Amino acid sequence: MRGFESHPYIPNSVPDVQAEMLKEIGMSSLEELHKNVPELLKLKEEMNLPEAFGSEYELRRHVERLLSKDTDCKKNLNFLGAGCWQHYVPAICDEINGKGEFLTAYGGEPYNDEGRFQALFEYESMVAELVDMDVVNVPTMDWAQAAATTARMAQRITGRSTLLVPEYMDAEKKKVIENYAECCLKMVSVKCDCMGHLDLEDLKSKINEDTIGVYFENPGYLGVIEPNGQKISDMVHEAGGLSLVGVDPISLGVLATPPSYGADIVCGDLQPLGIHMYYGGGQSGFMATRDEEKFVMEFPSRLFGLAPTSKPGEYGFGDVAYDRTSFGHHREHGKEYVGTQSALWGITAGVYLATMGPQGMAEVGKKIMANAQYAVKKLNEVPGVKANAFGSAFFKEFVVDFNGTGKTVADINKALLEKGIFGGKDLSAEFANLGQSALYCVTEIHTKEDIDTLAAALKEVLQ
Amino acid sequence: MKRIDRSSKVRTGFHQAKWDEPIIYELSTPGERGILVGQPEKAVAEEVEGEAAIPAGMARNTKLNLPEMSQAAVLRHYSRLAQQTLGADVNIEIGQGTCTVKYSPKVNDQLANLVREYHPLQDESTVQGMLQIFHETDKYMCEISGMDRFSFQPSGGSQGIMTMASLIRAYFKDKGEDRDEIITTIYSHPSDAAAPHVAGFKIIFLQPDPKTGVPDLEQLKAVAGPKTAGYIVANPEDTGVYNSHVKEFVDYIHSIGGLCAYDQANANGLLGVTRARDAGFDMCFFNLHKTFSTPHGCGGPACGATGVQKDLVKYLPAPLVGFDGQKYFFDYETPSNACAVGKVREWYGVAQVVLKAYCWIRSLGPNGLYQVAKTAVLNNNYLFKKLMELPEVSAYYEDGHNQRVEQARYSLENLEKETGIGTLDIQRRMMDFGMHYWTSHHPFYLPEPMTLEPTETPSKKDIDEYIETLKYVFKEAHEDPETIKTAPHRSVTHQVDESEMDDPAKWVLSWKTYLKKCE
Repeated sequence: MRGFESHPYIPNSVPDVQAEMLKEIGMSSLEELHKNVPELLKLKEEMNLPEAFGSEYELRRHVERLLSKDTDCKKNLNFLGAGCWQHYVPAICDEINGKGEFLTAYGGEPYNDEGRFQALFEYESMVAELVDMDVVNVPTMDWAQAAATTARMAQRITGRSTLLVPEYMDAEKKKVIENYAECCLKMVSVKCDCMGHLDLEDLKSKINEDTIGVYFENPGYLGVIEPNGQKISDMVHEAGGLSLVGVDPISLGVLATPPSYGADIVCGDLQPLGIHMYYGGGQSGFMATRDEEKFVMEFPSRLFGLAPTSKPGEYGFGDVAYDRTSFGHHREHGKEYVGTQSALWGITAGVYLATMGPQGMAEVGKKIMANAQYAVKKLNEVPGVKANAFGSAFFKEFVVDFNGTGKTVADINKALLEKGIFGGKDLSAEFANLGQSALYCVTEIHTKEDIDTLAAALKEVLQ
Repeated sequence: MKRIDRSSKVRTGFHQAKWDEPIIYELSTPGERGILVGQPEKAVAEEVEGEAAIPAGMARNTKLNLPEMSQAAVLRHYSRLAQQTLGADVNIEIGQGTCTVKYSPKVNDQLANLVREYHPLQDESTVQGMLQIFHETDKYMCEISGMDRFSFQPSGGSQGIMTMASLIRAYFKDKGEDRDEIITTIYSHPSDAAAPHVAGFKIIFLQPDPKTGVPDLEQLKAVAGPKTAGYIVANPEDTGVYNSHVKEFVDYIHSIGGLCAYDQANANGLLGVTRARDAGFDMCFFNLHKTFSTPHGCGGPACGATGVQKDLVKYLPAPLVGFDGQKYFFDYETPSNACAVGKVREWYGVAQVVLKAYCWIRSLGPNGLYQVAKTAVLNNNYLFKKLMELPEVSAYYEDGHNQRVEQARYSLENLEKETGIGTLDIQRRMMDFGMHYWTSHHPFYLPEPMTLEPTETPSKKDIDEYIETLKYVFKEAHEDPETIKTAPHRSVTHQVDESEMDDPAKWVLSWKTYLKKCE
């Protein structure tokens, strides 16, 4: 007999209830259901899967035991970043996104899911302030997807087909864009100079009438603050292209906002704003533009807007320009596609920004910069190590050049791991020209003691 | 005391939480703080420049206008907004047809918190447990679908469809064939057309036969040809109707050299009953946030796990998770194929969602999954029978043989003709009883559509309550249509005036533009 009587997740698996319901529809057994599935296609055998645990407790024990083999960034000292960063997550963020009403909501209307709409409208409003734009989308999957959509939005606006991107760009993000935009644009790399900045001469030589725009990041993938944002924007604008800027939102309490140096579309990842790393599952992408029709109408995402209701004094919400999206009447002729993405993280980022306030955002930026600079200083005291190899201003990440140590990053990280330290991301495969270098990330969670521990461990490892 | 009369099954006394909550900016008081961040340690500050190191012109020079609130005020505000949201934890979820909103077990949420502090670039040796979960969930997905390998990178159903379209593109690029058409049906999800279009394909729609509700094979043969790259389809479609001839469709597409991709967003009624590969499909995706119970999260984080048959594994985005008999490892073999799909998401996928799906499968086992499918279909057919007894409700493609699978699309055209009350009116009124109700994707191909999907979660009593509530509202449509026309009355807000939502001069997309645009 196939089936599972009285399973706690399946109330109508109670045999009497099941029999009563079957009778109501003129059947005597579950086998009579699925009448329209041809016999040929029906699975005759039970699936080859492990039998169900006998209790919730057994499941818990099993999973806890499996994961007890692992270790994480809380039990170790972590200096990995590269697109997923360890920041402090205020307790209130977990409290709110763990609330069952938010956690289990989905596609209800703005009447009975009003709170979902309002929370996301408020997130849009706060991120708009953070990046100094007017319009922000209900979040997409991650920064890579946001960058890919930014590229396609710009492609449609300009009608051109070449996107310029920096040489020092996250290779995985580049692959996501390549796949997503394969049919409508190609990417051309612009060299970076010895400071890690975009090489303006090379940029100039590559901008032409087919240039959609320049996509660059601030801070860049390798942590460097790009000081020539305005020059880059001016150059691309002059050629009729757009300035497209990726940002780390937690930097914007202290760093200039992209529109202040000419950005037309801003994108980035919300993960630093109150979201745990979840092994890469905490990512959440956003795009932002000015409130101009030519930009707004190119968003593929849902955009929640404020509206009056039939009752004076009441806020209502709804979808702005819904028919723009593939959910509207035009399906594939809408803008790209929309679907389930990462809305819960949008709400969480809103909670984070409201909790931090302007002062908190400025302070966290300052603390991150101070800690990261201190780390560079301490690491530079280690013989053979060159931290912040570019010698440029940086935010929370920086390249550590180990070429002078005679050891590989892989070996160094292995030795650090034995001391409970996760060393920075090995860049040797991604950027061969940097040789044995690693990308280190230092944030507000690191103490002086943590950084001193790293420096001491490196000294030992490199002896 | 006298017994209190609770005989009515309809919650006429319901009122959703309504706090008349201001926009968060209106709660701000200059100087209030939600959290202390702290200053750099003194010994650190003494040795560094800090923010003075920011290059000229690169420091923030505009005021950061965020709310200034105490922590309690932030918590209260969002707690109220949560209460103003009808999540599945507080609601009988029957009304969000096609969305498979089922119970999300709390133990799974708690266990997923164990991976909160994992970094995706940690050494493989430090994440053997999590890699085992990826690897085993891959194997379970293969067993459930008949496919040979899964990628968890796609982070939603639509990204799953995009991934399938990308795989089809990669396959033909590798073969050097120029095929640029995808065939789908009008009752498959809008993304089955939209996502392949993003991947560069032209879209061809098959229309349903007016009697059976699914296209006939001749229609497929008329449009399929040397330009056909693939057939991407849901089965059952949004209507809940299952195409019994699906294998013939798949075989035909194969006979002309195309690939077949199965949108399994509607798989909840098919677990352990029939498998994508057995019908010949080359690839498919599952929504782990739907069928496999990981919560929907207001619309993600999610996973559209995408699987392929063995010949296509080499096109999957890397890495996959392998096992050499002793340890789990990332398998980067596929990118050695120049035509493979490079990446659709950084790293490996939404790990916590994969973990929750793993837990759910392990809580049910093969018999439990089968019971899920059978009960979801039983619940739906019970609901279907009861609703079709009502004069207000009809269904297209209903010839007595078209047994619905896990959901059904109905029509309220009889009700609308008689009373002037249409499906959008009923939708708003159902909210006054704490119920979701969904119409259809756009455009509405059927008049006055209503799409319901009970899943395996509600009890018979819950389903009866939903039916009784619909009956109550239908009666009202005859007797007191004005109450319905002006609904909702007991939801969070009253009717939203959407007249300015499409007007660039008037739409309001953030608080700052509200202050700017609205006098």
